[in-house]
Amino acid sequence: MSTAAHETTLGVDHRKLAMWVFLGSEFLFFGAFISTFLLYFKETNGGPGVELFDIAFTSVSSFILLMSSLTMVLAHNAHAHRDMRRLRMWLLATAMLGLVFIGGQAFEFTTFYKEGLTLATSPMSSAFFVLTGLHGAHVTIGIVLLLSTYALTKTGKITPEQDVKTEIVGLYWHFVDIVWVLIFTVVYLIPYDIVVFGG
Amino acid sequence: MASTTTSDAGPLLARRPMKTQGRWSFLTTVDHKKIGIMYFWTTLVFFALGGFEAVFVRTQLMKAESTFMAEELYNQLFTMHGVTMVFLVVMPLSAAFFNYLLPLMIGARDVAFPRLNAFSYWVYLFGGIFLYSSFFLGGAPNGGWFGYAPLSTNIPGNNMAFYAMSLQILGISSLAASVNFIVTIVNMRAVGMTFMRMPVFVWMSLVVNFLLLFSLPIITVGLIMLQFDIALGTSFYQASAGGDPILWQHLFWLFGHPEVYILILPAMGIVSEVLPTFSKKPLFGYSFLVFAGAAIGFIGFGVWAHHMFTSAIGPVARASFGLSTMFIAVPTGIKIFNWVFTMIGGKIKFTTAMLFSVGFVAMFTIGGLSGVTHAIVPHDYQQTDTYWVVAHFHYVLFGGAMFGGVSGMYYWFPKVTGKLMNETLGRLHFWTWFIGFNLTFGPMHMSGLLGQPRRTAVLPAGLGDAVVLYNLLSTLGAFVLIVSSLIFLVNLIKSIKSGEPSGNDPWDARTLEWMTESPTPEVNFYEIPVVAHRDEFWHRKYAEDEAGVLRPVPAGASEDHDVDAAVATDEHADDGHGHIHMPDPSYWPLVMTAAFLPFGYAVIYKSAPLLLLAAVWMFAGFYGWIIEPLAAGDDD
Amino acid sequence: MRDPHLHPVPTAPRRRPVGRVVLLALLAFALAACSASAPQSVLDPQGPAAQQPDDLFRVVLLIALVVFLVVQGLIIYAVVKFRDNGDGELPKQVHGNTKMELVWTIVPALILAGISVPTIKAVFDLAEEPPGAMIVEVIGHSWWWEYRYPGLGPDGTDLITANEMVLPENTDITLKMTAEESGSTANAVIHAYWIPALAGKQDVVPGRITTINLQTSGPDVYMGQCTEYCGLSHANMRNYATVLSAADFDAWVELQGTPAAMPAEGSDAAEGARLFAQLRDVEGLGQRACVSCHAISGYVGPDGEVAGAGVGPDLTHLMDREMFAGAIFDLYETSDGWGTWTDEPNVEDLVKWVQNAPEMKAMRATGENALGMPNLGLTEQEARQIVAYLLTLK
Repeated sequence: MSTAAHETTLGVDHRKLAMWVFLGSEFLFFGAFISTFLLYFKETNGGPGVELFDIAFTSVSSFILLMSSLTMVLAHNAHAHRDMRRLRMWLLATAMLGLVFIGGQAFEFTTFYKEGLTLATSPMSSAFFVLTGLHGAHVTIGIVLLLSTYALTKTGKITPEQDVKTEIVGLYWHFVDIVWVLIFTVVYLIPYDIVVFGG
Repeated sequence: MASTTTSDAGPLLARRPMKTQGRWSFLTTVDHKKIGIMYFWTTLVFFALGGFEAVFVRTQLMKAESTFMAEELYNQLFTMHGVTMVFLVVMPLSAAFFNYLLPLMIGARDVAFPRLNAFSYWVYLFGGIFLYSSFFLGGAPNGGWFGYAPLSTNIPGNNMAFYAMSLQILGISSLAASVNFIVTIVNMRAVGMTFMRMPVFVWMSLVVNFLLLFSLPIITVGLIMLQFDIALGTSFYQASAGGDPILWQHLFWLFGHPEVYILILPAMGIVSEVLPTFSKKPLFGYSFLVFAGAAIGFIGFGVWAHHMFTSAIGPVARASFGLSTMFIAVPTGIKIFNWVFTMIGGKIKFTTAMLFSVGFVAMFTIGGLSGVTHAIVPHDYQQTDTYWVVAHFHYVLFGGAMFGGVSGMYYWFPKVTGKLMNETLGRLHFWTWFIGFNLTFGPMHMSGLLGQPRRTAVLPAGLGDAVVLYNLLSTLGAFVLIVSSLIFLVNLIKSIKSGEPSGNDPWDARTLEWMTESPTPEVNFYEIPVVAHRDEFWHRKYAEDEAGVLRPVPAGASEDHDVDAAVATDEHADDGHGHIHMPDPSYWPLVMTAAFLPFGYAVIYKSAPLLLLAAVWMFAGFYGWIIEPLAAGDDD
Repeated sequence: MRDPHLHPVPTAPRRRPVGRVVLLALLAFALAACSASAPQSVLDPQGPAAQQPDDLFRVVLLIALVVFLVVQGLIIYAVVKFRDNGDGELPKQVHGNTKMELVWTIVPALILAGISVPTIKAVFDLAEEPPGAMIVEVIGHSWWWEYRYPGLGPDGTDLITANEMVLPENTDITLKMTAEESGSTANAVIHAYWIPALAGKQDVVPGRITTINLQTSGPDVYMGQCTEYCGLSHANMRNYATVLSAADFDAWVELQGTPAAMPAEGSDAAEGARLFAQLRDVEGLGQRACVSCHAISGYVGPDGEVAGAGVGPDLTHLMDREMFAGAIFDLYETSDGWGTWTDEPNVEDLVKWVQNAPEMKAMRATGENALGMPNLGLTEQEARQIVAYLLTLK
């Protein structure tokens, strides 16, 4: 655009502003799904319910995802210091942590399926799988973005000066992590506490 | 135009298309004006389709116990009429105006993300085509535009699967557009264009796009769950497995009510531009109008359950949503009085655009007043789902959104084409439209109060002769509207071909878009103006003397005092006219969005290979998009 | 014989008190004249549950009328008075007036606040279940209504009927409503129950119980219709309510509690009764005997079959009603429009219905999520025999 990034009304890069605006929308997207799960977590239709949750396991995978936010910060920090080698290293590290998280989710889903909690078992199971599945899809898209950023720094499409691009990917990644913290608390911990320990 | 690009390097595939002229350039254009024009024509096509559906529906109801068509077809047609008019006509018509006008009105050369803008348009087009393809693939959606579960999940066939899928696709289009327009309005205003100097149309657009931003995710969640219930046997809305059908209603109307304001606020914005121009007076109570618009935006999220007064909700919810519904009438009333007092004391010129705007105020008032009766919750138990409601929302959406939209078409036609529309045909259009509209929807108030329910394929003779008569009148009105629409079409085509030249500023207008040439040059403004007033253009043409009387400013005088500042703030204007860099056209929005067709069919027919194809296609499009060469300074 | 006392013919067209007609006259002169012949009108309340909202509506309509006249008057004033006279002078540039803005912000807000008080009161009034109200259970099916009167049958069982809701006069009634198909919520959808003369509508939702509280007045017949879009034959899902005097209502309860008698051997009706359980096999039609869907208390088939299925309407006292098939066809010939029936059964429509119901009313009688009565593949003679049997179900 002719009035490019440094020429904006608010002095904020268009793309960064756009990501913030978009994440506002995403927040309601997850908010509606989380509300649905809260509405349904006791509706097990005779099937298994939240007592299947392995809180210890999910705590570990949540921790891994949280750590990826740290590596993401380090990635952006490296880019801001024009250190492309370190940038690429941290991008890869972040993507790897994301992949581990997705692997954990795949394992968790498989376990639940074996225990009889499938997508169409009950409103509870449907709400759980669709919510966490869509969150997993967001993480996957994040991984694609991270790897793309990695590749584009190699081809020179992302220059050392364009750390705003890493920053935007980072915004998305942090958002996905924060949503997971919310999901872990509101979808795993609280319903588990209510159902298993009676609140 | 594009003189500084990098696209002459690299392999063929990575090059950007260069054509910015001619018919084919529309396929690759990222120019907000061309995209706006494409939105406009596509909207007209869907308006014709939705109109035909309406006429078929009215023909069925022309007489009691009619057998003109069977229930199944009727149900598809009334559903498609609603879905078409809301999602494929009024919303994208607003997008047409947003596209063409927002950058011009705030003094920008394009929207923030030109390629994303093209993406939005193509997704809309493919979403519309996808929805209409259902007619040839076993039947169109037949569960109502509101798609209430569990009905929408247990109608056999793919009818409602098409509904759920196409609304999601169209939602992606609107969401991308809303992000784009918000960033454009917030971040691309010309120097001096403060928020309180923005034209009301820009303000209303900003509110609308925030409404879209926050309401679309909610309907998307509802639709995803609906799609899962239809396709994969989940039980989000199935009472037999512990699900709750009312959840859909909450999610739908949490979107659906803001949606009403999404449909009407752009028209309010248009009217707020047209009335002052043709009254030769500034808008009465600008700040009240702006705040009323914003207030409507906020309260609009707190009234959704008034669509559910007779649903399974308790008296506390009914009472509180009744209250909030009453109070949303206050900001709406403020607007109406401000428009009227803009005219009072003015010097009104009755162009066709003005006629439609005055018609808007008069008709919208009726819709607003019948709307207040819905807030009488206990009586809403009687009115709801009768033709009283059909009358109400057509007075708001047709009498409001469509009157405003058409007013905008006449008003900005010279801006887009440099020609005037024919005023004689325009008047004929207005009066046939006005009479046809009132003849169609006026009697529906009566047929509703006399007990005719909505969405019924049969008009029972038992409802009485009066109801049958009112229905006959409504049908006659619908035929008048068809004639009226044809008059408009003739006028449009005739004026495009051989309309009189309009000059740059045919209406003696007030806002920035008229400061540049008409038709708008590709760069919009050769020099970005510096804004010192609300109604900047007007203030450059007229100055108030000490007695408060306006005097025209001598031609050229106003130019002088701003040129330096304009050039100084617009470094990218480079070295004078003709060398301003504009974003290059791109294949990728079209290529990428076409993948939504295989994606949609893959979900409906549960075809994994097709899904894979769509995913690879989209991914390839996404990469083409990313690695496309950019000129320095471009950043979308 | 059908007892004419049980189904009173409305004597004179019902009228509103004159005062209210005057109130509304400006807005709708046609309406006042027509509502008497519009049996589903919302403007003709016949009980307090419909009266209270109607009173509010008329007040608001009057206020709306005043606002309408003010706004349209101002528009006309502006349009007539402030046309461009072509003198080239520019009008005074008025930007607004805060005082006026405050007036048209505060005045409407006050008016609305004033209206909101009785509105909210009415919401809670109508939601309150009157103590000792008679309960009628209403079940929405695609596309007909079933009514159950708990405890009114013999030995405290439920009375079950369809299409016509029969109520005693001057009585508090609470309708407890839900939606089912074949006794389950699995294939059920949302409907809405509405008899405008008695009360406003209320959605009927699978898996939930919703209520309408109303109070009947004198004996009369009221028209109603399903108002929540419920799919294919939504337009054909109608209903009506008959209010009877206390004595007539007791007689009606007595009659409904009596099992139907089997017809005498050798008659057409007896052959029809046999067919009711034993239709001849027709290739591709599968199980289609009437008893697999309809209940008739007292029915005994040739091989001891009982008619107890609750898929379709209960037919035990079919001919005590006036309409069938979701109240879209008359069971008795009408003399003069809706609401008055003769004692002459409408045999031809019944025969057509029994022979090929989906041709008379849109239904999805076969295939996935089947709903409604299928084409039974009967000969006309068979259909006439079955109808002869149905006519005995008084």
